Amino acid sequence: MSRTAEVDLNVVDWLNNVIAEHGSTPSALIPVLQEVQKKHNYLPEELLTYIATALNLSPATVYGVATFYAQFSLDPKGKYIIKVCDGTACHVRGSLPIYEAIRKRVKLVDGKATTDDGLFSVETVSCLGACGLAPVITINDQVYGQVTPEAIDLIIDVLEKREGM
Amino acid sequence: MGQMIIDGQKVEFDKETNILEVVRKARIDLPTFCYYSELSVYGACRMCIVEIEGRGIQASCHTPPEDGLVVRTNTAKLRKVRKNILELLLANHDRECTMCERSGTCKLQDLAQRYGVRQIRFGERDVKLPLDVSSPSIVRDPNKCILCGDCVRVCKEIQGIGVLDFAHRGAKMMVTPAFNKQLGEVDCVNCGQCSAVCPTGALVVKSQIDQAWDAIYDDSKTVIVQIAPAVRVAVGEAFGLPVGQSTLGQITTALKQMGVDKVFDTSFAADLTVIEETREFIQRFSEKKNIPQFTSCCPAWVKFAEQYYPEFLDNLSSCRSPQQMFGSVVKRYYAQDLGLDREQVYVISIMPCTAKKFEAGREEFFVANNPDVDLVLTTQELISMIKEAGIDFASLEPTALDMPFGFATGAGVIFGNSGGVSEAVLRNAYEIVTKEELQNVVFNDVRGHEGVRDFTADLKGTEIKVAIVNGLANARQLLEDIKSGKAHYDLVEVMACPGGCVGGAGQPISQNGTNLRKERTKGLYREDQRLQMHKSQQNPMLTSLYEQWLTEPGSEEAHQALHTEYGSRRRIDTEAIKINQPENAPVDIQVCVGTSCYLKGSVKILKTLTDMLQKDGYEEDVKLRAAFCCQQCAGGPVVIVDDKVMGNVGFEQIPEIVQLVKSKVEK
Amino acid sequence: MIRNLEQLLAVKEKYNKAMKKQTSSLLLCAGTGCMANGAEQVYNALKDELAKRDVLVTVDYLLEDGCGGITTTTTGCHGFCEMGPLVRVEPTGTLYVKVKPEDAAEIVEATVNNQVVERLLYRHPNTGEVYQRESEIPFYKYQTRVALANCGEINPEDIRNYIAHDGYQGLEKALRLSPQEVVQMINDSNLRGRGGGGFPAGRKWAIAAAQESDKKYIICNGDEGDPGAFMDRSVMEGDPHRIIEAMAIAGYAIGADEGYIYVRAEYPLAVQRLRTAIKQAQEYGLLGKDIFGSGFNFELKIKEGAGAFVCGEESALIASIEGERGMPRPKPPFPAVSGLWDKPTIINNVETLANVPEIIRKGVDWFKSIGAVKSPGTKTFALTGEVANTGLIEVPMGTTMRHVVFEIGGGVRQNKKFKAVQIGGPSGGCLVEEHFDLPLDFDSLQAAGAMVGSGGLVVMDENTCIVEIARFFMNFTQNESCGKCVLCREGTRRMLEILQKIVEGRGTEEDLDLLEEIGESVQIGSLCGLGKTAPNPVLTTLKYFREEYLAHVVEKRCPAGVCQALKRITIVADLCKGCSRCARVCPVGAIEGEIKNPFVINQEKCIKCGACIESCKFNAIVEVS
Repeated sequence: MSRTAEVDLNVVDWLNNVIAEHGSTPSALIPVLQEVQKKHNYLPEELLTYIATALNLSPATVYGVATFYAQFSLDPKGKYIIKVCDGTACHVRGSLPIYEAIRKRVKLVDGKATTDDGLFSVETVSCLGACGLAPVITINDQVYGQVTPEAIDLIIDVLEKREGM
Repeated sequence: MGQMIIDGQKVEFDKETNILEVVRKARIDLPTFCYYSELSVYGACRMCIVEIEGRGIQASCHTPPEDGLVVRTNTAKLRKVRKNILELLLANHDRECTMCERSGTCKLQDLAQRYGVRQIRFGERDVKLPLDVSSPSIVRDPNKCILCGDCVRVCKEIQGIGVLDFAHRGAKMMVTPAFNKQLGEVDCVNCGQCSAVCPTGALVVKSQIDQAWDAIYDDSKTVIVQIAPAVRVAVGEAFGLPVGQSTLGQITTALKQMGVDKVFDTSFAADLTVIEETREFIQRFSEKKNIPQFTSCCPAWVKFAEQYYPEFLDNLSSCRSPQQMFGSVVKRYYAQDLGLDREQVYVISIMPCTAKKFEAGREEFFVANNPDVDLVLTTQELISMIKEAGIDFASLEPTALDMPFGFATGAGVIFGNSGGVSEAVLRNAYEIVTKEELQNVVFNDVRGHEGVRDFTADLKGTEIKVAIVNGLANARQLLEDIKSGKAHYDLVEVMACPGGCVGGAGQPISQNGTNLRKERTKGLYREDQRLQMHKSQQNPMLTSLYEQWLTEPGSEEAHQALHTEYGSRRRIDTEAIKINQPENAPVDIQVCVGTSCYLKGSVKILKTLTDMLQKDGYEEDVKLRAAFCCQQCAGGPVVIVDDKVMGNVGFEQIPEIVQLVKSKVEK
Repeated sequence: MIRNLEQLLAVKEKYNKAMKKQTSSLLLCAGTGCMANGAEQVYNALKDELAKRDVLVTVDYLLEDGCGGITTTTTGCHGFCEMGPLVRVEPTGTLYVKVKPEDAAEIVEATVNNQVVERLLYRHPNTGEVYQRESEIPFYKYQTRVALANCGEINPEDIRNYIAHDGYQGLEKALRLSPQEVVQMINDSNLRGRGGGGFPAGRKWAIAAAQESDKKYIICNGDEGDPGAFMDRSVMEGDPHRIIEAMAIAGYAIGADEGYIYVRAEYPLAVQRLRTAIKQAQEYGLLGKDIFGSGFNFELKIKEGAGAFVCGEESALIASIEGERGMPRPKPPFPAVSGLWDKPTIINNVETLANVPEIIRKGVDWFKSIGAVKSPGTKTFALTGEVANTGLIEVPMGTTMRHVVFEIGGGVRQNKKFKAVQIGGPSGGCLVEEHFDLPLDFDSLQAAGAMVGSGGLVVMDENTCIVEIARFFMNFTQNESCGKCVLCREGTRRMLEILQKIVEGRGTEEDLDLLEEIGESVQIGSLCGLGKTAPNPVLTTLKYFREEYLAHVVEKRCPAGVCQALKRITIVADLCKGCSRCARVCPVGAIEGEIKNPFVINQEKCIKCGACIESCKFNAIVEVS
């Protein structure tokens, strides 16, 4: 019967362990959210309400924290999260054309951040601290330096092949 | 102690914690949007900046006073920055002032006028967000929000709830309930304090003036108005009369001029509440059952208890609030006296309170789809109606209220301020317990303005421990202390709003809430003195009400008409985790996996249940969900099968649940 | 467990002895930059190569005893990221740049035979000169490394390597002094906060030390958010023990037994290295109870940021550790009086702390002998942009901009014309040629309207549009504004709106005045440092490049040719053959003319899509600015 039961129950189990590990105090909120974000690639609403109850915070406060920090997302993110550095050095060396090239390559339109197949999320970040390699992108924490719009095609090709596309 | 020079004047300071307070003490109205002395210092509006010699420009709200400081509040630079702030705020503000509820009481409008902001050199606000009209009490217009955070802090710090908070950041920042839900969907208790501190029209009392006029214009309806105690000492403020002066007679005149049929006093119903509540208390006190007894006349408090402290619901007085007792008495009995059906009588309450709008809509207070109270207007709305009707309120001659429910004792009147309910109950309890007449009706220990006050009343040897709380954050703390055994009380009066009903969010908007509350409270105590009777049990109209209809306090009939029940309620509508959702399954099972149930092993129970249902072949017959918290934590683990709530579920009960499923499926 | 100085020195001795046994070692930079450039593959290739040759080789890290051959080891960032992956041969100091896995055999071969692989040496991009040793390269030669001294020199994952470089001697010495003496030393050294404003660290310490409290905290601010600076990352990744040592010293000085290192979310490697380092320090008894037998206890925790620039502001950082939205709180009260959980707390930036152990170990006079009188010591800068050598540099405070840009940086790339330096990131400002001889220190920069800030130093050439740069920074601060105070939230939003208008050719002269007016108000009235400094990039460029702004708003022209909307596409009449091809591809029918006569573009209609340029076979259509 339970296609999803095992998974979901494990989530509750897992979440309770995470909360126990960080302690049920308000200061545990951000680390707990970080773990949820890491595991799910986003923060599901029902888990946020649960965390609020467990940490004795109002759901609005949890929502406020979850929407404040750039690391958190309330919408599901793609399997591959492509971050384009738009720090000063990268900007000066043309990070925005690269951002556009990636969006075009993975066919993102209308200001969406994640592709419909859930494979790619594309976002800009303020600075990855690898300015010497500008322009820089990261894909799931793998850093690519001195990227060109042409290189984007190659990188995405590899990922798509890996996904059997 | 020290002295500062502010704009050339020498100003002494003493207990002031910041320069802003000292400046205001010097009678300079330094503007602010985000400063309230009762709330934490937020420091965001930057309007209160001052120039301090040798230190440059500082925000005065969070700079402590120091001896010898030389402060200027009005310089070219400061003026320019303040004007810029106002221009920036206005640029991003919905500026349809003429149609705004708060036109005339809006701080932004007022300051823009004062500083002569005559043009806005920036683009228009780029988004138009929808209005939130989901709450019965408050309308939220995010397009008018200036993000001062006053509502956020009042809800968190005074009420201990935190329904509203900031979300997002920077230019995208907004104040919103969790997950961008609407106020009506979350754990708002409708106290309205957010609207009372809101400097603009972003949070306003939901206006029901149109319905009131419609009822008045409708000839088929007999419109009966009840006026709450705290209203009479606040209406005058809007018409230039001294703060705290009772204008009950003028209000009656105005209402009659407007076309209302009967004007009564909620204080009469308060007297009735005292009789019922005292009787209930003495019984519980003597049986040591469900003590402490909590008062139940504040609907925000009642909802708060239902949401967060369901374990204390049996301790709430089962008495309906005076508003609801009044409605019930009118619709049940008085309508009969008038020879009318309850549908033909239209009860309007005038309340200092926004939560009363919610209370009147509670289904417990409906009989045959007809509410006991049809409409609740706040003091603010009454004032608007008087103004709309063109009535020169200040020069009105007072009119006496109608009888029989226009007669009240002082005990019923002081219901409008914090401590009043306790004092009124004590005036009654004393005579019941001691069987002697109470000579001095003033209980000074009860009176005051602190958020928590407690004392022991000595009724000739019978000691009653009383606590008086206002502000739900204080109530929360008190409840925790009671829970942990740190505190013991017999009678606890809880009012959500600071100062009690006089400080209700339906009262006229003002920048200086604390002082007004004190003056209004004084006004009510003066009324108590002025009236010829001070004890509810003396009210002759009550006596005849009991004789004619209710038989005696606590009777079966009284219970039907004047008492109610409470139930725990979920705080926020959140999706439960779906475990299995077969279509058309006849049985619905929820297993609570909230923290407390989880710790008691509810997940294992859920797993076992899942397996057993599968084994017995019922997987397609059951919608199974893991719920986050069913608010029955004390009795966990909790399993809910359709409507049946099962507490303390262990493995041994699982076959029982499967059996239950089986029988339901077979049906 | 190390309990005293002898034991500490013994670890040093033993480690150095082990090192001596090696004939050569290949040091591989393993900073984020080099890793991204494929350092790992190079590392593996070198390892394979060494294994093949049957020279005694160790994997990963240095061996303690008896390895006679060549080793590869991983070091932290050298700062010369653009040239990575970097391999340095010790003890000769030969530096190979842009090494590829295929080069491994050649490198190993040459090293064994005491030779050099010429083609992998660094070649100056502007002069073409070749340098063999790292120390000879101008980029390194003119630097004075204090904070970064160990970065690239030691294995950050081995505490013994740090101890071998005199690590933890500062802590050992401090614990023999009284806390007051330690505070006094930092005070006397006049060490100023490297994270931005340059507030004296000693004064913060003294205030916190004077507070009576059952609990105090030390926080290391590693929330480096300036979009062009990465010195803190380099120190945390390359020399994590230095931070631990410094925090322990600070803890002892003010009476705190607990510290937090707040690391930016984007620095996973730094987090990992710090965790390893904390564990090692605990194992060696350098964190924990009764350190060096002094009775002093100290514990450290790591808090990972969650992505908010404003958390670099100390009160916002505290709010973040407490689990709240990272919104700055009004000051006073200052954190040194009432900080984390309302307890006295000192917050120092990574680079500031990196100076502390050496000040204690080598003394105040040594520190004051470096740098400027009012700003002693060194400062790291992240040199980027259109400069020949980019990377992390550390120079004495007061070094001139000319020295940094032309000697260390090797001048503007491709010998283009220098335009300006943007210093201090989104809080800083622009400096121009007239500032070439301005000493880079806290006070001089502030007087010039700029700021040391976090030390980003972006060189811009004639092809950089100054208005677009101002817009870029304003966009950054606007995105990162927490939204709490009106002036920063609404002010930066409106300043960005105006700058956007200007780069799109819709600006007016009045807009420039309005930018200045609002900018000044934001500076004066904002709640926190981020807001107060947010207008700097705009105000300084308005001051030094008003002409360029005016060109945008009056002539609707972008002199640098960057602003897309201000570009014009025209047909060069002399080259146009009148074939009408362009007119046919133009999507908006903006091109008109008669066949065989030069065509003309109607600028009113043109949408600057560039389709005509591509279509022209005679290169007659050009973009002009």
